[in-house]
Amino acid sequence: MALEAEVWSDIKPIPLDDGPDPLAPIAYDAEYSEAMGYFRAISQRDERSERALKLTERIVEYNPAHYTIWHYRQQILFSLNKNLNEELDFVKEQIESNPKNYQLWHHRQVLVEKLMDASCELPFINEILNDDAKNYHAWTYRQWIIRTFNLWENELDFVNKLLDKDVRNNSAWNQRYFTLFFNPTKPTEEFLTQEIEYVIEKIKMAPNNISPWNYIKGIIAKSNKDIGILEELCKEIEKQDIISPHAIGCLVDIYESRARKGSATDKEEGIRICTLLAEKHDAIRKKYWEYRKVILTSL
Amino acid sequence: MDTSEKQNRLLVDLHVKYIQSLDTKKDDLEYWLTEHLRLSGVYWGLTALDLLNSIDALKKEDVVKYVVSCQHDNGGFGGHIGHDPHLTYTLYAVQILVIEDALDAVNVDKIVEYVASCQDRDTGAFTGDEWGEIDTRFSYCALSCLSLLKRLDAINVPKAVEFIMLCKNFDGGFGVSPGAESHAGQIFCCVGALAIVNSLHLVDADLLGWWLCERQLKNGGLNGRPEKLEDVCYSWWVLSALSILGRLHWINKEKLIEFVLVAQDSEGGGIADRPGDMADVFHTLFGIAGLSLLGYPDLKPVDPVYCLPKHVVQRIGLAERYHV
Ligand SMILES: [Zn+2]
Repeated sequence: MALEAEVWSDIKPIPLDDGPDPLAPIAYDAEYSEAMGYFRAISQRDERSERALKLTERIVEYNPAHYTIWHYRQQILFSLNKNLNEELDFVKEQIESNPKNYQLWHHRQVLVEKLMDASCELPFINEILNDDAKNYHAWTYRQWIIRTFNLWENELDFVNKLLDKDVRNNSAWNQRYFTLFFNPTKPTEEFLTQEIEYVIEKIKMAPNNISPWNYIKGIIAKSNKDIGILEELCKEIEKQDIISPHAIGCLVDIYESRARKGSATDKEEGIRICTLLAEKHDAIRKKYWEYRKVILTSL
Repeated sequence: MDTSEKQNRLLVDLHVKYIQSLDTKKDDLEYWLTEHLRLSGVYWGLTALDLLNSIDALKKEDVVKYVVSCQHDNGGFGGHIGHDPHLTYTLYAVQILVIEDALDAVNVDKIVEYVASCQDRDTGAFTGDEWGEIDTRFSYCALSCLSLLKRLDAINVPKAVEFIMLCKNFDGGFGVSPGAESHAGQIFCCVGALAIVNSLHLVDADLLGWWLCERQLKNGGLNGRPEKLEDVCYSWWVLSALSILGRLHWINKEKLIEFVLVAQDSEGGGIADRPGDMADVFHTLFGIAGLSLLGYPDLKPVDPVYCLPKHVVQRIGLAERYHV
């Protein structure tokens, strides 16, 4: 990536000051070193020019996490009134090769905020999620896009598709909750009843998958329903001889809620299955189940 | 002694040598490409060394001089000399200076001013720098930093708490922003931040404690989200949060200790994210800090809220302020 000599003839590169006690000799990559030398020189005089833009491009291609370069690049882009759609293409390529880089996603957000146009964003994010459906940066950015540009309409369909593909995708379950409850239009009582049916079906597909269990309990708490509506599901899983600590754990929740209302048989039964979980089915979390047992005993 | 035998115990001397050697690898391009992380590296290395009872392996004078050289006129610190100021690096700088008992080497008022300037007045959230990225990590950075400087009065604490609580999820965990998926790293930040300002009563400790101990996998390691791979750094994010909530014992200690020890590099020193991977200073600190929380012998105790050696937090009078 050697730099064209004539473009830079007026600039004297500033060598790196690597702290008060530099350990010489330094022999790192000559091209990166050269580019950084010019960067230090032009950023010192805050030069906002085509060649400065080109230079930042070269440096971030080397080191996309160099946040100082990205800040400088944004200033140049805005000062020179560059076509930000072209920059979106550039950052797209960068994200494709570094999908977990904070700076790149933030840079994209800054551009889209400036453009106030999100028409390319959902297809782009879909592409990234297609490679890694749990990319935290992509999901965070997606939520920002949906909220800022009011793109709620098709989000539940999108989540449905992801869950059909992988029912264990916790990010998709989280997005489901986001889609239902962060949307300015709140779900109706009827919708929530159907939603619980949907989740129950998904749990039956993989009873050891914690994500829909957490999700369904979240919905039940949020809509003030009775956790007892899951008893049938838990018993059904039990009958199929599937050992699911989540299903048994859910029974503990159900019995505890009834024990709180005074039911002695539920208290007994809760204590019994806590012991089962602690000793056998979820022994790695023995102390947790013993704690639940102590609570039940005290009721 | 074969590898497996060596990995039955913490290789203290090797880790000390490994951390000391980090600053001498200047012939590697990798060293320069991670330049923006240099200050963090010093914090990770120094904290690990202190927990290993070897703080003198890095010369205090050099460390302090270097940190001071990363400060900008606006009070914030960059990740290295000449890098833009950022809240994350500002916390690392303050943590290093507190460990070295050298806060008098910098202008503390300026730091306070910088941190306060990162708070958004309307939401109470913190941006990492003047460029506006918002993340609950930065709320932690700000609260931890100002608490260490005894200057929490400089920001709107109730507003800061309000924002963190907007990031609380249905599963009891916390994410990077309101609505974002629960993630062990963000949970450490949010629970730590709430502990600093005595607001742990806002956490659903049983629900979150369950989510956290559910992160332990059969091999003893912890992951950061359901269905993700186990990773040594989560032994810190998850454990510290459990510890702050008084529920550290909910995970299986023996199995986790074993997992961290097997992730050691028994030749070059250092700890990797998981057994078989390359060691780095980040996972070296969080592996050691995790072991310290688990009561591993001959390590100095670590403070789960500040991720600093406990004796340091005690020296500045901030220990044991938090209760569930
Ligand atoms: Zn890690």
